[in-house]
Amino acid sequence: MSVENQTEWRKHSPRYHIARWAAIVASIAVVVLSWRELNVTYEFLIFTPRNLADLFVRMTPPDWAYSIDILPPLIETVNIAILGTGLAVLIALPIAYMGAENTAPHPIAYAFGKFMIVATRSVNVIIWALFFVVIFGTGALAGVLAVAFRSIGFVSKLIAEGIEEIDTGQTEAIKAMGGSPMDVAIYGIVPQIKPTFVGVTTYRWDINVREATVIGLVGAGGIGVELNTSVDFLQWPRVLTILIAILGIVLVSEVVSAYLRKKVS
Amino acid sequence: MSKSEPSAGYPETWERPSVFYNEYVKYVVYLAIILFVLWSAWAVRPSVERVMGGIDAASILLSTMFPPDLSPIALERTYGGMVESIAMAFVATAIGVVLSLPVAVMAAENLVPRPVYYVGRAIVSVSRALHELVLAIICVVAVGLGPLAGVIALVFATPGFFAKLLAEDLEDIDEGQVDAIRASGGNSLQVLLYGVAPQVIPRMVGLIIYRWDINIRASTIVGIVGAGGIGVTLLNSFERYEYDFALTIILAIIAVVMVGEIASAIARRRVQ
Amino acid sequence: MLEITDLEKVYSTGDEALKGVSMDVEGEEVVSIIGPSGAGKSTLIRCINRLTEPTAGSIVLDGEDVTTMSKSELRNARRDMGMIFQEFNLVERLTVMENVLSGRVGYISTMQALRRNFPEEDVQRAYEVLDRVGVGGMENKRADELSGGQRQRIGIARAVLQRPKILLVDEPTSALDPETSFAVMELLTEIAREEGIPVLINIHEVELALEYTDRIVGLADGEVVFKGTPDEFDQGARDTIYRAGESREDQSTPGEQVQKQQSASVDISDADRETSY
Repeated sequence: MSVENQTEWRKHSPRYHIARWAAIVASIAVVVLSWRELNVTYEFLIFTPRNLADLFVRMTPPDWAYSIDILPPLIETVNIAILGTGLAVLIALPIAYMGAENTAPHPIAYAFGKFMIVATRSVNVIIWALFFVVIFGTGALAGVLAVAFRSIGFVSKLIAEGIEEIDTGQTEAIKAMGGSPMDVAIYGIVPQIKPTFVGVTTYRWDINVREATVIGLVGAGGIGVELNTSVDFLQWPRVLTILIAILGIVLVSEVVSAYLRKKVS
Repeated sequence: MSKSEPSAGYPETWERPSVFYNEYVKYVVYLAIILFVLWSAWAVRPSVERVMGGIDAASILLSTMFPPDLSPIALERTYGGMVESIAMAFVATAIGVVLSLPVAVMAAENLVPRPVYYVGRAIVSVSRALHELVLAIICVVAVGLGPLAGVIALVFATPGFFAKLLAEDLEDIDEGQVDAIRASGGNSLQVLLYGVAPQVIPRMVGLIIYRWDINIRASTIVGIVGAGGIGVTLLNSFERYEYDFALTIILAIIAVVMVGEIASAIARRRVQ
Repeated sequence: MLEITDLEKVYSTGDEALKGVSMDVEGEEVVSIIGPSGAGKSTLIRCINRLTEPTAGSIVLDGEDVTTMSKSELRNARRDMGMIFQEFNLVERLTVMENVLSGRVGYISTMQALRRNFPEEDVQRAYEVLDRVGVGGMENKRADELSGGQRQRIGIARAVLQRPKILLVDEPTSALDPETSFAVMELLTEIAREEGIPVLINIHEVELALEYTDRIVGLADGEVVFKGTPDEFDQGARDTIYRAGESREDQSTPGEQVQKQQSASVDISDADRETSY
């Protein structure tokens, strides 16, 4: 009860009150200013609900026959996610090793590891895709690389945290029994980071399926290419088919990844 | 050293318990996974010329990119696009949150009847599954090029995050306080306002700030499909091969995203 | 069997943990090291198989000086020294059988270690030892499913499977409740006698030392201040060992130690998922 009273008292303190109102007023002011900054034409705005409804009418019913045609790009999307994640993990392992406090071989390596983690995480997948399309041309290869580079930071950050949580008692025991460094790795370290590793990989794959659906908008392969074409040619029933298909693979991969993570906990 | 030798009666082999049916099944599964990955890799394999061309293209790209274009006009255009992106993030957060609130209530199992709950969850799932850019490309067709399309895309993407997490908080509330309002004769709206809302408001404010942070990231890229903000400028720079300008924009995006992340982290800590 | 001469250890922080300790373990006896917290008991045990590098002095095991060994010689020497830990140090996510068999890890190739492919006689003996320590039938359980007492029994089984020339035991009972402590000590000393392995045991509870060991070495502030049999251990000896004040409480409670053993598992919140865009 005394805790309750304390929060009550704090709520009613004048400073808290003023701060709260100031925050609310400031937020509203920022939103209003932002709105004005956008220079939205009000005629457009009035027609927006009607336009959206119109579009939806034109989309229905979905073009079911088309669903056969989008199977290959859908599979490509999933493949991009798998290969991108795999490549990211390969690159991420040494970075995680460098970026973990307890395994970093040198302060410079540690700084480099941390930098790579931050740098790759801050650049969106679509920007990576723009780059790789310039380098390797349109197609799934650019997509795989974009997804991979985008994922390095996420994967290495979480694996580095896993490495930092290793219980040295367990590795020490293997050492004390005369185990070689390889034995220590096999018996002491691998079992400890396996759940982190599998968890992070499947989770990132799941996210990457979703990311792989959009890189096609800049030509980097996957279902996004089909989506872009269908929108350009105003084939609305096809667009809806694609949206349903994206929904399907994203939900399925979410279930698969959750199942795998549960298995290895 | 040891005096006792292994006596008979104990098994001589031991198999690690496996999630698979037996060891052969395990290896078949592993083999299948490896083959599948190899097949996927084969499907995206580049030709040799492609790779060689890629190396050339990469060297050209890198040499044009550095140093970044810091001329006044480039900075001015970057600034203009960035302000639009940030403004989009604020507006989209405000509208998105307001529209997500009823969805959150609908998606909270303990507050609404079953059929409504399923509708709520369905909205959340669809919104989660579709990437901001997929939503943006459709909005551009519906309402035309420009920031309005981007704002609408971000608004549509909001329930997938905001309503989902808020619904989880709503499901964790203390039923006792809700019952107290119900017992004193409150109607459904009163129950929500006086019994439920006070319990989740601090968390909700945290989620709003968090969503704003995500919207900042998203608003910098939806322009790639013409939905306003700095992304439009970025795409243009790529199409005109102005890679040094592109680098300026990307650095600006990274800076803004990081500042947004830090600001959001600080604000959330102060709220909670 | 084991002869320690003038052993010194100075940590990089400047702490002098051991200031010239000399002692030995002969034949098949059970020797205990007692002393207040911070006396250097753990450091002494850990210096013997060089989990902690000693600063000076010599440790001769079966005629060979451990302190001057190269890395690979040291690995071979470590195979002859079984170690039992305060916090069990089992590989938590592996099965009981894998933990016990890991005692033989120094004798198999990397490929065999990877495939958990141990010689038949090792497997057979592992089953036998598991039965002996009272956890027969649990070989397929994961180590983190077991209670503290059971884990320490596995720890003993693992050390025994090593067929060591000596058992180094570091506070085997301080993470256990008093009743389990007695049971574990009883088992440990019994099994060592059956197998004919001498034991050097660092122990916090004087009562356990008096009850289960043949000889007692009292350590205070990094120096040996008492050597004798349990019969010779009187109030005077007790005062000498603990003279610098009462034995301080151990740093952590058993509950916490078991908690710490829980291995890391990944738990990625939605928050992480969302920030990845």
